Amino acid sequence: MSERIRRRRTRRSPLRRAALIGAALVVMGGLSAIAAPTVSSASPLPTEISTGQQIFTKNCSSCHGLNAQGVTVNGTVIGPNIQNAGAAAVSFQMSSGRMPMAGPQQQAQRKPNTFSPEEIKAVADYVGGLGKGPGIPNSSQYDPTGLTAEQIAKGGELFRTNCSACHNYAGKGGALSNGNYAPPLTGTGVTNEQIWEALRTGPQAMPVFSPSQLSDDDAKSIIAYLSSVNSAPESGYSLGGIGPVTEGAAAWIVGIGGLVGFALWIASRGARAR
Amino acid sequence: MAKPTTVSTDSEALKSSTPPGRPPLAGLGGPVGWLDDRIGLAKLSRHNLRKVFPDHWSFLLGEIALYSFIILLLTGVFLTIWFKPSMNEVEYTGTYQLLRGVPMSEAYESTLTLSFDVRGGLLVRQVHHWAAMLFAAAATVHMLRVFFTGAFRKPREINWLIGIGLLSMALIEGFAGYSLPDDLLSGTGLRFVDGLIRSIPVIGTWAEFLVFGGEFPGTLIVPRLYMVHILLVPGLLLALIGAHLALVVYLKHTQYPGPGRTESNVVGYPLFPVYMAKAGGFFFIVFGVTVLMGAFLSINPVWKFGPYTPNQITAGSQPDWYMGFVEGAIRIFPPLESHWGHTTWSWQIFLPGVGMLALLFGALAAYPFIEAWITGDKSEHHLLDRPRNAATRTSFGVAGVTWYAMFWIAGGNDILANQFHLSLNTITWFMRFAVFIAPVLAFIVTRRICASLQRHDAEKVLHGVETGVIVRTPAGGYYEDHMPIPVDEAFTISQHKEYPALEPTPAVDENGVRVPQRVSRRRARVRDWFFRADMPKPTADEVTAARSHGGARHAVESSEEQKSVSQH
Repeated sequence: MSERIRRRRTRRSPLRRAALIGAALVVMGGLSAIAAPTVSSASPLPTEISTGQQIFTKNCSSCHGLNAQGVTVNGTVIGPNIQNAGAAAVSFQMSSGRMPMAGPQQQAQRKPNTFSPEEIKAVADYVGGLGKGPGIPNSSQYDPTGLTAEQIAKGGELFRTNCSACHNYAGKGGALSNGNYAPPLTGTGVTNEQIWEALRTGPQAMPVFSPSQLSDDDAKSIIAYLSSVNSAPESGYSLGGIGPVTEGAAAWIVGIGGLVGFALWIASRGARAR
Repeated sequence: MAKPTTVSTDSEALKSSTPPGRPPLAGLGGPVGWLDDRIGLAKLSRHNLRKVFPDHWSFLLGEIALYSFIILLLTGVFLTIWFKPSMNEVEYTGTYQLLRGVPMSEAYESTLTLSFDVRGGLLVRQVHHWAAMLFAAAATVHMLRVFFTGAFRKPREINWLIGIGLLSMALIEGFAGYSLPDDLLSGTGLRFVDGLIRSIPVIGTWAEFLVFGGEFPGTLIVPRLYMVHILLVPGLLLALIGAHLALVVYLKHTQYPGPGRTESNVVGYPLFPVYMAKAGGFFFIVFGVTVLMGAFLSINPVWKFGPYTPNQITAGSQPDWYMGFVEGAIRIFPPLESHWGHTTWSWQIFLPGVGMLALLFGALAAYPFIEAWITGDKSEHHLLDRPRNAATRTSFGVAGVTWYAMFWIAGGNDILANQFHLSLNTITWFMRFAVFIAPVLAFIVTRRICASLQRHDAEKVLHGVETGVIVRTPAGGYYEDHMPIPVDEAFTISQHKEYPALEPTPAVDENGVRVPQRVSRRRARVRDWFFRADMPKPTADEVTAARSHGGARHAVESSEEQKSVSQH
């Protein structure tokens, strides 16, 4: 093969080689000029980190401290040390609008996110660079396409073993102690990436599920189960899908309420007995 | 409430006549005659077909329960054809993709098959479940109707007890059915009851082993509950319902008071044809509503819960509504445990769980006898009380409903916390106090309302109702014209009995020897308290005086001068 290449080269003129190199340089230069603003997760450029640090200083440092070391006033933790939280945690908290918090709350709530994906990425890279923590996943880690029915069903088993105790059997959410709650895992704004990040970083009251407990394949099958079970047809109006409490309310209000209405109607009709 | 149907005496419909032409049922002569020759049908039906029942919507509440029971029998038979009461483990290979390859019991697998592969199976399952919820709910409202109108009084105490038995059976039956599919929710419910059984002091562990045939969950409980659910309890329910209805027929139905209605008659329509049509029609309405609910409202989607495994649980695990009060009691009861020697006495399960069931059903069963003892009333009652006229009983009832509702709310504390963004712990602490305070408040408020309504009734009898017409007198005064109410209505709202005060009988006879005291001082005091809220109703003299006195007119600004003008 190398012999053939050599033969080809000998046939071509040196001018042509120079022209090729020139063209390649132009193409690569142009490409790099276009591609430069995009950041690569592998090795963030120092400028992005400084952008991230700027956003962090403006929006996060009042609670988490200028170096993400946390702020404690009179023994009360205003914001925890997040130096080892990892880029995934920052991405989760900011993309779901939980951070920055609107005010001191029992638990940060999901709300509309006002940062661009680039800004979130920059802050995530900055915080991720401060310590060791899970990085932002790439889509091959959480994208559930192509799983078999058995794998999705196994995701259901994993979900019921690890998640449903707090998040309800179909991810509708549930109450925890003292005003904490496990948020719903369905509905608008919840992305598969966020579910993966929550698993790995354990936001709020949630425990961390490390890759040794739930592998990325397990996470994928759980994500697949969640979206499948909630897109499957219901057996009628689901009444919120939160179990027997709303079913009981329906039995009393619709069932007994309706039948008492019919009873009133029947008894109000006179009879013409002969 | 409790307003009697107006009784007409001059209606065309009341005149008896024979319709012209051939009687419409003449064609039945042949087969009916055949039956009459063999089982004496004419004699049986002559009496019963013309049996009179009073007409009121609240008398149809028990019918809802009866009809939902019939629906349960019909749909239940269909379900037994497909359901496999077995806890053998199989791997699911059926239609529902999201459980493919998951190991599960045959009971759960057959429930999935029933839901997804049997034509109409899911609809029948949902209808069955809704009918069960309605059965218990209708039995409860029927019981409340009987309670608030005093229909449990002599001679119907035994039927009241049968009713309480029916309600407790409904709870057991419902729970057994809830546990059969062997999904995550029913397994959690079983674990709950397992805890209740274990918490019984001394015998708990042995009772658990007896019920489950060993450690929880074992492999026996589903077949055993199946037997309980389709044979034992339905049999008992059928027998008790039979006795319940037979006693209604034997004792005759109670009726609301009104003109022409006495303790010794029943005013209403005959069973045939009026109630045949009304009750028959109502059966189809109940069936229709239940089927509509089954068709349009999802209930217990077992496939989403997954098969029961003891290491799994879901947030929002609740029992069906009729066990909600026990759930609530256990949820809010403070941790209380004794350790004596090497034994553990788990009061926090036993007292609110077993204790609550015993307290509720014990109090319900005892109430007719307690009230009879307090009032000293030994007469028969076929006319119902208007709830306001038995203020203390009504207040007890409302307090009881409030008490029950507080436990209900406590049973859904996590759902409330999550849906309304409240703290679970705050709700729990609130309910710990509310279960004691709310019933007392309800009692006081209800007694006040009853007293006011009684006062209003007396006012209506004496002075009539406001007309809204302001009349100016020649002297310049103003009064609102009042209109006397119809005699029928005046009778209805003032016919109730008043019970004589109980005087304590002497504890010693004339020779100073102690004799059994028939009415003790304490009992006389309790009786006084029981009737304290009740207004004395207007006497005949007062009514006459008020009428002749121009009492139908009420001065807006009362002054002697204006009254004398309006008197003529």
